[in-house]
Amino acid sequence: MKARTLITGVGMATPHGIGVADSWAATRAGKNAIGRITRFDPSPYPSRLAGEIRDFDPRDHLPDRLVRQTDRSSQLALTAAAHAFEDAGVRPADVPEYGGGVVTAAGFGGIEFGQNELRNLWSRGSRYVSVYQSFAWFHAATSGQISVRHELRGHAGVLVGDQAGGLDALAQARRRIRRGSRLIVSGGVDASLCSWGWAAHLATGQISAGEHPERSYLPFDRAADGHVPGEGGALLILEDERAAIERGADNVYCEIAGYASTFDPRPGDGREPGLRRAIELALADAALGPWEIDLVFADAAATARMDREEAEALIAVFGAFAVPVTAPKTAIGRLCGGGAPVDVVMAALAIREGLIPPTVHVEPSPEYDIDLVTTHPRPASVRTALVIARGHGGFNSAMVVRAVD
Amino acid sequence: MNRRAVITGVGVLAPGGTGVQNFWDLLTEGRTATRRITLFDAGSFRSRVAAEIDFDPAGHGLTPQEIQRMDRAAQFAVVGAREAIADSGLATVAFDPHRTGVSIGSGAGAVRRLDSEYRVVSDDGRLDLVDHAYASRHLYRQCVPSSFAVEVAWATGAEGPATVVSTGCTSGLDAVAHAADLIRDGTADVMITGATDAPISPITLASFDAIKATSTRNDEPRAASRPFDADRDGFVLGEGAAVFVLEELTGARDRGARIYAEIAGHATRSNGFHMTGLRPDGRELAEAITAALDEAHTSPEDVDYVSAHGSGTRQNDRHETAALKRGLGAHARRTPISSIKSMVGHSLGSVGSLEIAASVLAMRHHVVPPTANLHTPDPECDLDYVPITAREHRTDTVLTVASGFGGLQSAMVLSRPDGSAA
Repeated sequence: MKARTLITGVGMATPHGIGVADSWAATRAGKNAIGRITRFDPSPYPSRLAGEIRDFDPRDHLPDRLVRQTDRSSQLALTAAAHAFEDAGVRPADVPEYGGGVVTAAGFGGIEFGQNELRNLWSRGSRYVSVYQSFAWFHAATSGQISVRHELRGHAGVLVGDQAGGLDALAQARRRIRRGSRLIVSGGVDASLCSWGWAAHLATGQISAGEHPERSYLPFDRAADGHVPGEGGALLILEDERAAIERGADNVYCEIAGYASTFDPRPGDGREPGLRRAIELALADAALGPWEIDLVFADAAATARMDREEAEALIAVFGAFAVPVTAPKTAIGRLCGGGAPVDVVMAALAIREGLIPPTVHVEPSPEYDIDLVTTHPRPASVRTALVIARGHGGFNSAMVVRAVD
Repeated sequence: MNRRAVITGVGVLAPGGTGVQNFWDLLTEGRTATRRITLFDAGSFRSRVAAEIDFDPAGHGLTPQEIQRMDRAAQFAVVGAREAIADSGLATVAFDPHRTGVSIGSGAGAVRRLDSEYRVVSDDGRLDLVDHAYASRHLYRQCVPSSFAVEVAWATGAEGPATVVSTGCTSGLDAVAHAADLIRDGTADVMITGATDAPISPITLASFDAIKATSTRNDEPRAASRPFDADRDGFVLGEGAAVFVLEELTGARDRGARIYAEIAGHATRSNGFHMTGLRPDGRELAEAITAALDEAHTSPEDVDYVSAHGSGTRQNDRHETAALKRGLGAHARRTPISSIKSMVGHSLGSVGSLEIAASVLAMRHHVVPPTANLHTPDPECDLDYVPITAREHRTDTVLTVASGFGGLQSAMVLSRPDGSAA
């Protein structure tokens, strides 16, 4: 019997706010956080909406020297990580010297910092490039900074799997805990809302051109025309069950009970996408039957093809209208590497609060036979939840969380 | 049932010539592939030397569309993956795509394409708001380098778990360690794994110039990378990829595969100290070495060769020497240690996989590569770094280590599974 991996603390930085209380209150109320971009002038671009984190001054949360040497994505992640440690009530003395680690997902890395330094290089010359560029831009910056700040000397990891990467990071953390780590802070944060990152989003052709914040990111809706990107993410404290009991952890949310990831066949191959297999393998890993899953957090890509694939996979595994499905990300946008960790926190809170947060703004299309929870939160006894995340190119990851008695 | 992960195929693109044979010839002849940068005009930079690959993507079978879509680093990974598959003989047997995964390391991602794309969309930095109309339709896959795993999966037909591991300069070990974990815990039976980087680009040069990390021996490029030498003055940037086919031992034996080595143990530790600074006592790297040896059920005395990080910065070489003494005890003075970065440069994330490739070749041939350019050892670096010439040496167990920004320290133990041909 493998020891369980518990979620014992959570920290968030999302367009709904910094900190779990704000994010959950806004989510359960179905509040919208998508709006016209303010971080740069969006008027020259065909899409102008995003889920931004407003009113975040990194100096309120981090020492100046750290702010100077970090990209916004790392600043948000460091803030969320500190909240997660506080939420878990972990003191440094609770963790043996090499027993604590960090595994994060990154998508864009430090892209805004990178844009500034690319501008310095090409408009002014190489001497004007920051001394921090070499370690603010790369994808390992956030894991490195968290390990330095919290003196975590155990395992360190960084995975890039686009939107699916956040679940892959949590799974690597669980794997390392099973192999001897006691505590790992894990999750992901992305922040790509600079004009350079925006050009990359636009290049996918999958960004909604909607003008109305409440009618733009519309998965499983006839009007679906792509997603709205957002910024932020979540960091979670994962602990070995015995280690958590030993230190007297008193804020256990749930356990990570199952996980799997697959990759789609090559485009044009004609075979079924890998998503159903990822869900089935994650359920098998959790030793749960489909009838034992109380709630699904959908990937909700909001393109006709991806929505159909996801609905078909859910129906194949669970049956038509057999399980409540939700995608609270319609209120904040898709957060790339930060998206799935936020959904895992939402799942943990749904279990704790007995409430399914809604998929706001969406009028479900009758062509999808899924029970999408829209508009209002739905009270429900949630003991288990499945989180789905898919990434550009064919990544499919699925994770099951389960209540702990 | 104890599942074990073994290397059954190797593909290499390294400076000095592509392919495994050219790579091994360069290393065993002790030649250096560092030279004046030719990929672009580097005249305005402080450091103007690097180890480059003369790479012709079309000559390696990449189609015009693949060449347009992929950054140079992704191209390296795909070519390396194809060579590794061919070397493993896997293409001739029916492998299950669902049980085959991808784990590719990269420290710098698609930095060359990002640099060149940025110049276009910003009109050389004139535009604060970049003009998306000038952007490549592939820009997202350059910004988010999970696309490297996508390309390798498409090239090999893998449909199991796929990811990119981006832990900076330890990526080349960490990606293979991640793959080994997936095989051991039963998630996959075959993993296409390794690492790639093609960082030789103006923004990379500028960022290392800014912290004076790279060598300025611009007039003597072939002698610029000098790990452990008293006259070293920083690392020399490189590029390349090494990709492996990793299989579960029983399956590999059942199909009669050639087994190069087992990934017997690995560990990563953070120094929890500084993003670029290292504590001189090398404690965290030593702890990673000890943990990797423990996982491999191997004692320090069993280590026949150490493939060093050996970047050629004063700070690293002293830190690493201290860590080896702490992690291997008295055996640190008895075992040969060398840094192939003296010959192929420091290709950031990918070099760890090139060092795994060098290690398995050392095991195959019982020859350890030298540390080139090591004429006058730094008095604080007083171990046997195999200066100048390769050495015949019985090699059954190798320790390979990596150290990177973020304070990350990784160690891996490669061994010969019992009964496999020496």
